[in-house]
Amino acid sequence: MEKHDFKQVLQHSPFHARVEAYNLVKSWTSWNGYQTARVFDTLASEYFAIRSSCSVMDMTAMEKYRITGPDALKFLNRLVVRDISKLKPGRVTYVVWCNDEGRVLDDGTIFHLGDAGYRLCSQHHQLDWLLISSLGMDITIEQETHDVAALSVQGPTSCSVLSAAGISGLHELKPFGILNTVLDGMEVMISRTGFTGDLGYELWVDPCHALTLWDAIFSVRERGLYDLRPIGLNALEMVRIEAGFVMPGDDFNTAETAVRAGHDRSLFELGLGWVASWDKPYFTGRRALQKEQAQPIRRRLVKLLVEGNKPPTDSFLYDGKKGQRIGTIKTNIWSPILKANLAMADIEYVKGVAPKEIWAEIYYQKELEWQVTWAQCTISEEPFWIHPRRLQTPPDEY
Amino acid sequence: MTESKSILVIGGGHNGLVCATYLAKSGHRVQVLEARETAGGGASSHQFSEGYQVSGLAHVLHPLNPRIIKELDLVNMGLIPGEAINTISLGRDGRHLTLGVDTVTGTGLSSDDAAAYTSFKVEFRSYARALEPMTMNKPPRLKDMDRKDKFTLARLGWSLRFGLGAASMSEFLRVGGINIYDVLNETFDDPQLKGAISADAIIGHHMGTRTPTTVLTYLNRLRGETYGPQTLPVGGAGNVATVLVNAAVGAGVDIRTGAKVQQIIVADGKATGVRLQSGEERMADIVISNADAKTTFLGLVGTPDLDAMFAHRIHTTRTNGTVAKLHFALNGLPRVSGLSEAELGQRLLIAPDMRYVEHAFNHAKYGEYSEAPVLEITIPSLADPSLAPKGHHVMSVTASFAPYALKSGWDTSRDEFADKVMSLIGDYTPGFAAQIVASEVLTPRDIEREFNVTGGHWHHGEMTIDQSFMMRPVHGTAQYDTPIEGLFLCGAAAHPGGGITGLPGHNAAKRILAMAGGR
Repeated sequence: MEKHDFKQVLQHSPFHARVEAYNLVKSWTSWNGYQTARVFDTLASEYFAIRSSCSVMDMTAMEKYRITGPDALKFLNRLVVRDISKLKPGRVTYVVWCNDEGRVLDDGTIFHLGDAGYRLCSQHHQLDWLLISSLGMDITIEQETHDVAALSVQGPTSCSVLSAAGISGLHELKPFGILNTVLDGMEVMISRTGFTGDLGYELWVDPCHALTLWDAIFSVRERGLYDLRPIGLNALEMVRIEAGFVMPGDDFNTAETAVRAGHDRSLFELGLGWVASWDKPYFTGRRALQKEQAQPIRRRLVKLLVEGNKPPTDSFLYDGKKGQRIGTIKTNIWSPILKANLAMADIEYVKGVAPKEIWAEIYYQKELEWQVTWAQCTISEEPFWIHPRRLQTPPDEY
Repeated sequence: MTESKSILVIGGGHNGLVCATYLAKSGHRVQVLEARETAGGGASSHQFSEGYQVSGLAHVLHPLNPRIIKELDLVNMGLIPGEAINTISLGRDGRHLTLGVDTVTGTGLSSDDAAAYTSFKVEFRSYARALEPMTMNKPPRLKDMDRKDKFTLARLGWSLRFGLGAASMSEFLRVGGINIYDVLNETFDDPQLKGAISADAIIGHHMGTRTPTTVLTYLNRLRGETYGPQTLPVGGAGNVATVLVNAAVGAGVDIRTGAKVQQIIVADGKATGVRLQSGEERMADIVISNADAKTTFLGLVGTPDLDAMFAHRIHTTRTNGTVAKLHFALNGLPRVSGLSEAELGQRLLIAPDMRYVEHAFNHAKYGEYSEAPVLEITIPSLADPSLAPKGHHVMSVTASFAPYALKSGWDTSRDEFADKVMSLIGDYTPGFAAQIVASEVLTPRDIEREFNVTGGHWHHGEMTIDQSFMMRPVHGTAQYDTPIEGLFLCGAAAHPGGGITGLPGHNAAKRILAMAGGR
C-alpha cells in the first residue's frame, strides 16, 4: 500500500473516481477505513435496483486475507467452525469463527483458490486473531485487502448485465462457484456470492483494472440495455436483513470488542450452530460450545417480524404486553417488498424456550412529538425474503 | 476411588516421582516415562568428569515438604537429612558475613543490623508460613469456585488475619507486591548484608533487586526455610532423587528411563496415551505431564488440539532461564582468606551489595551476560568426599545472569563467560585457576537440552506474580487439570512452582484423586 496524505483520513478505494461522481448526496461513512457511500441518490431507488434490476457496490473495504502453505487447510479448519476439508478448489463457503469460549469473533467467506491457496474475507479486521491462531502452523498469512479491488453486482438481471458487459461463462457458474475469466484483456475472478438473498456475483480484480471494470459494467446502461445503479451501505442493510444475514458488530458485539462479561454472543446464541461441523478435527471454541450445547440455550439472536408500520428502532422487547423485559431490537428496516417491519433482535429464552408472546415498546415521532405504541412480534426461523433464482443454474434471462 | 486406572507420568523428575508415588499408593497402575538415563531430573547426580560428581541442577536444598516426607515415608526410604549450612557472603577485602537462619555475624556489622536481621527473618518467615494454605492445595479459582477453593481462600484469609495478626498482615500487604530493594533499604544499613539477602530474592529469576514482586520470590525461598534450614545433602541432591525413586518403586510405580515421549495422543479431546520417540505407543486412562507447560502443550499435544488463545497464552509465558551452572574439578581445596575449611563447606555468595546485583541484572535485560555476575558457590565434596577422588574436590557454582537468549549466542560466548566466572572466583581464592583439572559449563541452552526444560528455566517459568497461583502456568490450567480431558500437569510449571519441594507433584496427585481419576 502506498503512503497517503495524512490529512486524507479515509482511504479512497480504486473505484473512488466513479463512486464519487455518482454520489449525488455526498453521504459518506467509513468502512474499515475506506470512504464508503451510504446512499448515492435515494435509498428507494437503490433498494429497488437490488430487488428489481441490477445493483453495483464497491466492496473493496471487505477485509481479505490470503492463506498459503502446507498447513493452510489445517489452519483454517482449526480457525473456523465449518469443515473446510470439504471445500473443493474453485468453491466458496460461509464460515464463522469463535474465541476459546465459543463466542463469535466474526463471520465471512473462504475461497478455495486451488494452488493459490485460500482467501478469507471478513467484515472486520482479523489479522491479530489469524496470527494468534497460526502458532505452530506452517503457513503464510497475507493481508490483501488493499491489493484486490472488489465489486458486488447483485439483482435479478445481474447475470444478464455482466454477460452484456462481455463476461462469458456466467450461465454455468453455480452458487458459491468461482469463475476465472478475462474481460478486455484483464483478469477477473468472479464468484457467485452475495449478501442479498438473490442472484448476484462478486468480482475481484487487480486495483489497476478497477475503473476499466466499472466502466465495462456501466457501459451496459449507457448502451440502453439494462438499468443498473450503484448502491450504498444503507440499501445493503435493508436487503441483508430481508435475507436474514447476520451483521457482526451491529447485530451482536463481537467477542473481540466486548468489554463486559456476557456482552459477547456464542455461536448458538446467534443461531449459527448449523454452520459447525462436529465430526472434523478440533477447532477453537469447540470444547466450550459442546459444553454449552448440553445446556438449554439462554438467549438468541432472532429474526423478528414486527406488526404495524412504526419503526421499532432500539426498542425494548417484553414477554407479553407490558410483561417482563426480555431483550432489545438490534437492527431493523422497513421492507418495501414485504411491506413489513423486519428486525434482528436479541432476546432471552427461559429454559431453552422462546417467550410465547413478544411485544415491542416503540417510541416514534410525529412532527417532532414523541408517541409510544406497542407492537406484537413474531420470530421467523426462515429468512424473511429469499428468491429461488438465487440457487438456479443457469439463471433466467430477464 | 472406585477403580484402578492406568496412568502415565511424563518425566521422572522429583515432582513426577512424588505424584506417581501418591497415585500408586492409592491403587493406580502408574508408569513413569523418563527421557534421560536416570530419573530425578534437576535433583539427580551428574558426573561431569571421570571421578567427579555434582548435583545436576540443584545443589543447595531446603528439605522437601515435611508432609510429603511423612506421607511417602521418605526417611525409611533412606532420606539423609544433610547438615544445616549457613550462607557466607564473601567480601573481597576478607570481610565475610555469615548469614544463618536467624542470626548474622561478621566483622564490623552493627548490632542494629544484627538485631534487625533476626526480627526481619522471623517476620518474613511468618509471611511465608501464612501463605502455606495456598501452597499445599490447588490454587483457588476466583470464578466458579468449588468448595475446596472456598475453603482454601478462607484458610488463607484466616492465616493472614489471625495467624499473622493485624499489624503483620498490614505490613505483609504493604510489602507483598513491592521489590526487595526498597524493603531491605528500609530495614538494614550494611550494603553487603543487603546484597546477600537480595540475592536470595532474584537467583533463578529474570529479576533485579528493584524488580516488583521480588519480595514474593524471596518469600517463596523462605517457604523452604519454614520446612528446615538449607543443606548440602549427603550424596548430593542425587540422594533425594534416589530416595524418591525408591519410594516410587516401593509403591509399585514402574519407572522406564531412556523413554522420551514425542507426542501426547489426543482423541476426541481426551488424552488417551503417548507416543515415544521410538515409535512405541502406550495407552492410558490418565496422562500426567511433569514437563514444562510449553513442552507439554505446544510440543507434546500440539496447537491443533488446543484453543488458539490458550495456545497463545502458553506461548507467551516467560520461560527463558537466566542462570548458568558451572562445575569445577579441583586438585585441592581452594583457599579463601579468612575462611576455615568448615566455613568453605557452607554456601558461599558473591553479591557484595544490591547495586552490584542490580547491575548484574541490567546486562540480562539487554541479552548480555553479567560482566560481574552474582555467584552462589558450594564445594559439595567437603560434605561428601565420595564425590571426588581423594584429596580432590568439586565446586558447583550458579552464575547469574546468563540469559537464555544471549545476543551474541552461547556457542561463541560460553568460554568467555566461564573465564569471567573463573576470574571472579579467583579474585576471592588466589591460585584458583591453577587448581582446575576439569570444568563444565551448563548455560540455559545446555540445561534446556540436557534436562528437556524449555528455556533452561529452573522453575519451568518465571515466578512473577502474573505467573503464580491461579495464573500458573496460565489461567485455564492452573488447577493441574488441563483443557484436554485426562491430561494433567504435575511439574514446576504448575503451582506453587519451582524448587525441590515436591509440592506441585503432591498437589497434582490430590487433584487427580479428587476428580475421581480425572474423569
